[in-house]
Amino acid sequence: MNNFEYSRATDVADAIRQIAADPAAKFIAGGTNLVDLMKYDVARPARLIDITQLPLKSLEETPDGGVRIGALVPNSDLAYHPLIADRYPLLASAILAGASQQLRNMASTAGNLLQRTRCFYFYDTATPCNKREPGSGCAAIKGINRINAILGTSDACIATHPSDMCVALAALDARVHVTGPAGARSIAFADFHRLPEHSPHIDTTLEPDEIVTAIELPSKGFAKNYSYLKIRDRASYAFALVSVAAALEIDSGRIREARVALGGVAHKPWRRIDAEAALRGEAPDRTVFAKAADILLKGARGYSHNAFKIGLGRRAILRTLTQAANATPQIQSVKKIR
Amino acid sequence: MAATIGTSTSRVDGRAKVTGTARYAGEFNVPNLAYAAVVTSTISKGRIARIDIGRARAVEGVLDVLTHDVRPEMGSTDQDYHDDVAPEGGSPFRPLYDEAIRFNYQPIALVLAEDWETAVFATTLVDIEYEEQAFATDLHAGIDAAHAVDKPEKPRGDALKALQGATVRHQADYFIPPEYHNPMELFAATVVWNGDGKLTIYDKTQGVQNVQRYVCGVFGLKPEDVRVISPFVGGAFGSGLRPQYEVVLATLGALHLRRPVRLVLSRAQMYGLGYRPATVERIALAANGRGLDAITYDAIAMTSRYEDFSRNDTGWAEQLYTSANARYTHKLASLDVATPCDMRAPGAASGVYALECAMDELAVALQLDPMELRLRCYSDRDQGAGLPYTSKQLKECYRQGAEAFGWARRNPAPRSMRDGSELLGMGMATGVWEALQVQFASRIVLTANGHAEVSSAASDIGTGTYTVVAQVAADTLGLPIDSVTVKLADSSLPKAPVEGGSWTAASIAHAIVNTAADIRKELLGLAQTMPNTPLGGLKLDDVALVDGMLMARNDRSRAVAVADVMRHGKLDRIEKERSSDFKEDDKHAHNTHSAVFAEVKVDEELGVIRVTRIVNAVAAGRIINTKTAASQIMGGVVWGIGMALQEEALTDHAFGRIMNANIAEYHVPVNADVHDIKVIFVDEPDSVINPLGIKGVGEIGIVGVAAAIANAVYHATGKRVRDLPITLDKLDR
Repeated sequence: MNNFEYSRATDVADAIRQIAADPAAKFIAGGTNLVDLMKYDVARPARLIDITQLPLKSLEETPDGGVRIGALVPNSDLAYHPLIADRYPLLASAILAGASQQLRNMASTAGNLLQRTRCFYFYDTATPCNKREPGSGCAAIKGINRINAILGTSDACIATHPSDMCVALAALDARVHVTGPAGARSIAFADFHRLPEHSPHIDTTLEPDEIVTAIELPSKGFAKNYSYLKIRDRASYAFALVSVAAALEIDSGRIREARVALGGVAHKPWRRIDAEAALRGEAPDRTVFAKAADILLKGARGYSHNAFKIGLGRRAILRTLTQAANATPQIQSVKKIR
Repeated sequence: MAATIGTSTSRVDGRAKVTGTARYAGEFNVPNLAYAAVVTSTISKGRIARIDIGRARAVEGVLDVLTHDVRPEMGSTDQDYHDDVAPEGGSPFRPLYDEAIRFNYQPIALVLAEDWETAVFATTLVDIEYEEQAFATDLHAGIDAAHAVDKPEKPRGDALKALQGATVRHQADYFIPPEYHNPMELFAATVVWNGDGKLTIYDKTQGVQNVQRYVCGVFGLKPEDVRVISPFVGGAFGSGLRPQYEVVLATLGALHLRRPVRLVLSRAQMYGLGYRPATVERIALAANGRGLDAITYDAIAMTSRYEDFSRNDTGWAEQLYTSANARYTHKLASLDVATPCDMRAPGAASGVYALECAMDELAVALQLDPMELRLRCYSDRDQGAGLPYTSKQLKECYRQGAEAFGWARRNPAPRSMRDGSELLGMGMATGVWEALQVQFASRIVLTANGHAEVSSAASDIGTGTYTVVAQVAADTLGLPIDSVTVKLADSSLPKAPVEGGSWTAASIAHAIVNTAADIRKELLGLAQTMPNTPLGGLKLDDVALVDGMLMARNDRSRAVAVADVMRHGKLDRIEKERSSDFKEDDKHAHNTHSAVFAEVKVDEELGVIRVTRIVNAVAAGRIINTKTAASQIMGGVVWGIGMALQEEALTDHAFGRIMNANIAEYHVPVNADVHDIKVIFVDEPDSVINPLGIKGVGEIGIVGVAAAIANAVYHATGKRVRDLPITLDKLDR
């Protein structure tokens, strides 16, 4: 861990001012990932700007029937908020599938979006990693890559985004509200995280001097037919090998609307609009689910230790869509898969 | 007053532990404490070409930086670094001794600072240039060059010929990956420089006197100048048997600064200490009409280049099953890694896993119930030595375990049982461990007010030694347990070896029995000089201490109060010190046994495995404390679940780095992985092994668990996975 300065931001404008003034600074909220990275000497911020006093902790309904979630709402508060639990149970379920109660209590909404990969090589400064040290190479491609990506990889990086919450947010078509020196803008969730390509050290399209202020959910919550299924190596406190967020709107035995997002398989939550289109208008059965799965996994590439994720991903998609269609969502406190 | 031995007695140190008053090695605060932090190597083999401590030393608050070429003097012979548990021969690792790098994560510099944060920060400023050499860390790549080691198991008959002629045989390789100790407490030492050349060392260890001798050897100090204290240990499981480098480096720092120094290793740095070695267990079994006819067992384990660490993987087959023909070999592959170390049931956890999976596979080949196969070749004698057991109630373990588990409900066909979307599997395995006893000494001070203080240098590594000592002392001295104080783990106390091998309870109990007998003897002598003594003519064995009275065993009316005896003798206190004195018993085999039954449920589509039930029926002589003993077994079962399904150090052999060197990614079971565990202690009277009939239970709880689970996974899925851990992807390959 390096020595660093500490300052506190009083409001959003102050936070932007402070981060713009010091390119080596980082915001800190819950610190559940950043502090770890600092202990491993992976992150070496010269200054920590404490944003926990910013007025970004409210959760409110929007005029068009959606919900706006302040960037600093803790993951636990979000998961258990009645509006979320009732209208967006997919999001609540995904949050509760992640980390531990203590971590969820500390972790913020925006921080969850901005957490870094759990690729083993990213954490070990004795090994090469393009995400940690651009140009040093990717050791995971030929190394211990059981937990790494199978979709959207590049020769420079096969890391995954580790979040559960983001998989649900992707499926729900959330928008990310950000503010920077140039003013406020909002980013579609699908455009917020990026693929590694040749610059895997950049995780998102957030500019370095911008701050996330809120996440907005549109009105459609898929509260009836949804499920979040996380497959991992132990029953709790492990990152997903593969996870699936599925949301369906079923009307008279036909799928009117469908969303499917995958976690644990790519550098960002993985969605394919064409897979969802293939579900639309069809009867919810395994044949059509299999079609969607094939599209979602099109182009998947297995490496030395993670090729199993392709078959596992396919079966997990089928299962999750079945759970959603049957209105029997996976319950995170029950470890038997429904 | 009822006896406490054999009861469910809560830990006497439980309150101190849960309220935080129990202090651990890294928690002893002394004035003027300096803080140390370690820099570890990032290569597996080579030498330090250059090490520049300039930037680190320049940090405000840094007191100094020690390296192999800037440090106080240390011993220069292998003997100086020897310890009680070191492998024979070899050249023990010398921390910060020279420029050679022998393994990854090797300590190479020590930063000393006024506070911990500064010390840790400064470690990032030590600049090192290596000359790296070709290295090997993969057991599989080292098998061909492995060298043989001697083991006591001798061949019987002609196993190879019997195998060739057998109509039913099973042959397979089983693999156990390197598994790392992750005790909750980090390795830590606080070394207090007392200003008069004397050191008081608080260390995380399983043997304070072993550490004392070792530190004296390394630094050329006199035993009277080094006192090692380790009152509480937050789990050790074998990792603290040998002195670890934190005590060397903290002592080095204290001698250099002439002030107290604390060093706490990080979780990642603990992956540079010992571990359960990766092992390939190559087993062939042949059956005849009655049961097992031949066994060949070749174990190949990894070790370091500088020491041969080897444990008994193969010998358990000798003890469990009759077989006319047998042949065993043991090999070691020397790699550029740290020396492995003991880890709960060393040898047995690995070897019995393989053996019991192989037995399950043979039972399938024979179309026999796996328990029936084991009963057919049940052995009343240790096959190798030809000796009977002091006691062996394994058959009763099978019977009671099977009944409690509902083994009779098992349909033998794989994939034949299910629970909704899950395949249900039932598997079983046998467990075995040694019932060892070694010499321990104890001191008892009995005061006239009816209080006893019992002390020994023995450790309590969380197993319950404090409680067991208090129980045995209370019962043998006729006192309530509340009137007994126990002092342990201070090198100035009566002699004790390391706590390990499941030997402590049996050994220390008998040291206390002997010491209490000396106290009883003194009291009887005094009592018999009292006027109108009711104990006239009685011998030592005729009297007992009960409820504060010295009384005749066969006539409770012949009694006199201990307080009166001491008043008569004008004594405030009686102090005695004695050792356990076990005679070498070469006429019996000494073992504990168990039968483990596991139920798993496997999601048919996704392969997710849950261990829904475990029954572990244990025969381990007389159980001193059913509560702490059951906790030991339960802990072993949980560890066995991890061994079967989760534990594995993932080494990138291109770098020699363990890529999951932390407890987020090195998986052990969490609460959600642990379901119903039932522990049964089978009644096992044993009048041969020792007067109280005690065996230890520290290791037996894990032995056989991984095999029972692996066998259950096979029964559920029809898929045999022989390389641990059984992760869900292996069911699909």
